[in-house]
Amino acid sequence: MLDFSAAFGKALSLVISFDPDLAEIVALSLRVSLSAVFFAAVIGLPLGAAAALYRFPGRRALTVLLNAFMGLPPVVVGLIVYLLLSRAGPFGVFGLLFTPTAMIIAQTLLIVPIIAALTRQVIEDLWKEYGEQLRSLGATVTRAVPTLLWEARFTLVTAILAGFGRASAEVGAVMIVGGNIDHVTRVMTTAIALEVSKGDLSLALALGMILIALSLSVNATAYLVGDIAHRKQMA
Amino acid sequence: MIGTATPAPAAETFITLASTTSTDNSGLYGFILPKFTKKTGIAVRVVAVGTGQALRIARNGDADVLIVHHKTSEEKFVADGFGVKRFDLMYNDFILVGPPDDPAAIKGMTDVAQALRRIAQAAAYFVSRGDDSGTHKREQELWRRVNIAPDSRSDRWYRESGNGMGATLNTASAMEAYTMTDRGTWLAFKNRAHLALAVEQVPPLRNQYGVIRVSEKKHPHVKAQPARHFVDWLLSDEGQKAIGAFRVNGIQLFHPNASR
Amino acid sequence: MTPESILPLELRGVCLSIGNAALIRDVSFTLQTGPKTVILGPNGAGKSLLLRLCHGLLTPSAGTVHWHGAGKTGAARHQAMVFQRPVMLRRSVEANIAYALALHDTAKPARGGLIAEALAMTGLAAIADRPARVLSAGEQQKLALARAWVLRPQALFLDEPTASLDPAATHAVEEIIKTIHTGGCKIVMTTHDLGQAKRLADEVLFFHQGRLIEQTHADSFFEKPDTAHAQAFLRGELLWQDDEPGLR
Repeated sequence: MLDFSAAFGKALSLVISFDPDLAEIVALSLRVSLSAVFFAAVIGLPLGAAAALYRFPGRRALTVLLNAFMGLPPVVVGLIVYLLLSRAGPFGVFGLLFTPTAMIIAQTLLIVPIIAALTRQVIEDLWKEYGEQLRSLGATVTRAVPTLLWEARFTLVTAILAGFGRASAEVGAVMIVGGNIDHVTRVMTTAIALEVSKGDLSLALALGMILIALSLSVNATAYLVGDIAHRKQMA
Repeated sequence: MIGTATPAPAAETFITLASTTSTDNSGLYGFILPKFTKKTGIAVRVVAVGTGQALRIARNGDADVLIVHHKTSEEKFVADGFGVKRFDLMYNDFILVGPPDDPAAIKGMTDVAQALRRIAQAAAYFVSRGDDSGTHKREQELWRRVNIAPDSRSDRWYRESGNGMGATLNTASAMEAYTMTDRGTWLAFKNRAHLALAVEQVPPLRNQYGVIRVSEKKHPHVKAQPARHFVDWLLSDEGQKAIGAFRVNGIQLFHPNASR
Repeated sequence: MTPESILPLELRGVCLSIGNAALIRDVSFTLQTGPKTVILGPNGAGKSLLLRLCHGLLTPSAGTVHWHGAGKTGAARHQAMVFQRPVMLRRSVEANIAYALALHDTAKPARGGLIAEALAMTGLAAIADRPARVLSAGEQQKLALARAWVLRPQALFLDEPTASLDPAATHAVEEIIKTIHTGGCKIVMTTHDLGQAKRLADEVLFFHQGRLIEQTHADSFFEKPDTAHAQAFLRGELLWQDDEPGLR
């Protein structure tokens, strides 16, 4: 029977002793997932807003596509990116496979749909509320995009956190395109998978607890920052 | 504490080695690679996946060196022009592990094929890799030798995990089933609940490893020079000695057998 | 250099249909600079739609909406509209007014002064830093007026601006409207409140079932309306769009 308290103790001792391997893996995990979230937001926020506000042929198809791709299987995304970045593939010449860059690319592709789909819905609803007034003030649709994105900032932060959650939790994509190479492309989720395959279940569980604690910290920070900002608005 | 014990490579040059999870999980690379890096300044990045995937990665030119344990596939790799030359590197052996209470009464037997037959007769749970890996193909050869063809659809006791060796061992442990594994993975494996060594063949059921350099003719970008250093080192006295020196719980896991 | 006046506004044969419903039917009138125009009529008469057609938020299915000065976009820049429910951004009072200026690329140094004037005119100077969304309905409507006026429009459309407000706020808003009008801005307003209409209107446009029934001076409309519809309306008998005079 797996001893949860033993795993918890192991997790604690790893963190307190500032185990260098653990620190390295945590740093890389944060670097990959936070970078992916950043790029996904840069792409997804305007993409979602544009899908909400502009009229163009195929608009409804795009909405369905974005919503559907929120559930893209990470391992499939990893496979596709592998095929693209492999030396035998179209972008092999850049030599990006088995590097953190490849992992960031794969995770960005994974979470753009989440951010874009949620942004699209939020902005569409906001336009119903604000559209007439903004047009009356003389705002073109293009000019309205940054205005509405900023208006919706609290809701959009939640969408971005959803993206971060998905990125930091997935193992399928980063395993294939990263290769789980020690000291180079090993992140929390692939380290956990490795320890499971070695049968070291209590270490795997300990790492899992640390990963959850990491995710909690990121979300707690975001919540506090958002709460302070929100309070200022309502004061 | 986590991962393998290789210190962070400070070297600028690196080569990519495609190998199998069972080899990496045993801890072998963590032991021998630092010696090579210290001597030559070349870091070796290990991508450890299933045998089939390792071959695919090497074939695509995403790795510089290939170490797997399936001779037929390795020879085809060279014949197809993707590899320069195949060398015997080292071997370990296959064993059967299973529930300590041994429902098929095979403990202590010295012939794995015969033990498999007893398992089939007793309809005792058996988990197969089911993933076309070297281990899996070997298992299938042994079933054929005793004229049994287990089918997971009709034989309730035969299960296929479709997974790596570690995952298969986890499954066998949870199901209290028998499974065939290489000794390296078994000795390094930590989830021994409900599993114990059942059968070791005499003479040992050899699991032969081969090393191949990916051809720079097919893949001009391959790091041919450092890869050559690496393969030469592995086959040299020093490399072979390092392989032989690797122990887990005092037991030697891999037996170097490069010919000169 | 004072911009050319965009008035008079001329509507000719304007129709608006949504789906199969003909909501505005063959409406023609002219609005001149000067009088405060109040549009009256029962519910569903099409008053709100008409305002939006004039302001350019809706395009007519037939007919033309023609401003005197400049092209279509030129006229748009010199108008503003205040809605029944004010829509404010999640920013401070001051920032909401600044937003309107930013949209029109007003020179940055000039903005501070213009905002201060708008705040003073509407009595909001004391709460300039407060988040707009926490203001009372009356204060938000004053903010909407400040935001509309800061660009010195030549025409201001108001769609039932005090329908959701208490009497004190209503009075304050009416005073602001009068001040804006005194400054030379054309006022075009809809309302349900006959008392308010009597207080503010110089000219009345009376609508029923999407048609313009009467366009007269306010005094003559309230004392002696021409049509049976208008008479019934002033008696309080014509309340819904399907009503006909004499039904009640």
